[in-house]
Amino acid sequence: MMYTVAIIAVLITILLALVRALLGPTVYDRIAAMNMLGTKTILLIAAFAFLTGRHDLLDIALVYALINFIGVVAVLKLIEQGNFYTDGETSVDEQHKVNEK
Amino acid sequence: MTLDILSWICLVLGGLLGIIGGIGVIRFPDFYTRLHAVGTTDTLCAALFLLGLSFQAGLTLASFKLFLIFVFIFFTSPAASHSLANAAILGGLKPVISNSKQLDK
Repeated sequence: MMYTVAIIAVLITILLALVRALLGPTVYDRIAAMNMLGTKTILLIAAFAFLTGRHDLLDIALVYALINFIGVVAVLKLIEQGNFYTDGETSVDEQHKVNEK
Repeated sequence: MTLDILSWICLVLGGLLGIIGGIGVIRFPDFYTRLHAVGTTDTLCAALFLLGLSFQAGLTLASFKLFLIFVFIFFTSPAASHSLANAAILGGLKPVISNSKQLDK
C-alpha cells in the first residue's frame, strides 16, 4: 500500500515533467525536465524494488543515478559547444562576450 | 508500527514535494524560475523518499545502497542545476524581469 502510493505520486510527477519536456520553448527547459525525470526514475526504481521485494533492483537505481548526471552534463556540453571535441573553447569565448556586455 | 508511520510520513511528504515541483515546472513563466522549482524540490524529495524506504529496510545492505543513492543525488542534483543555469546564461537566455519592462514603458 505504502509503496503503491509512492509509485503513483512519482508517476504523476513524471507525467508533469514530460508535459514540460514536450512543451518547453527552449532546449534548456527540456533538459531540466529530463533531469527531473531521471531523478524521479531513480525513486521509481527504488520504490519498485521494495514493492516487489527484489532488493537487487537498488543496484540499477544506483547506476541510473550516475548515468543520469553524466548524460545531463554531456548534453549540456553538446548544446553549449555545438560539438564534443573542442574542449570548452566555444564556451570560454561566450564567457568573454558575456563579460564584455 | 512506529517505523511504518515514519515511512508513511516520509513517503507522502516526498511524493507531495515531487508533485509540487512538477506543478511549478508546468506553471512558472520562465526557464530560471522553472529551474528553481525543480532544483529546490528535487533533492529534498529524493532524500525524504529514500529515508522513508530505508526505514522499511532497517540496517541492511539495502539501506546502505539507498544511502549511496542519496549521496550521489545529494551531490549531483545541485551540480546539474548549476551547470544548466550556467549553460543557459552562456547561451544568451535572458531572465524575464517584469519590473524592468514596466519601468521601460
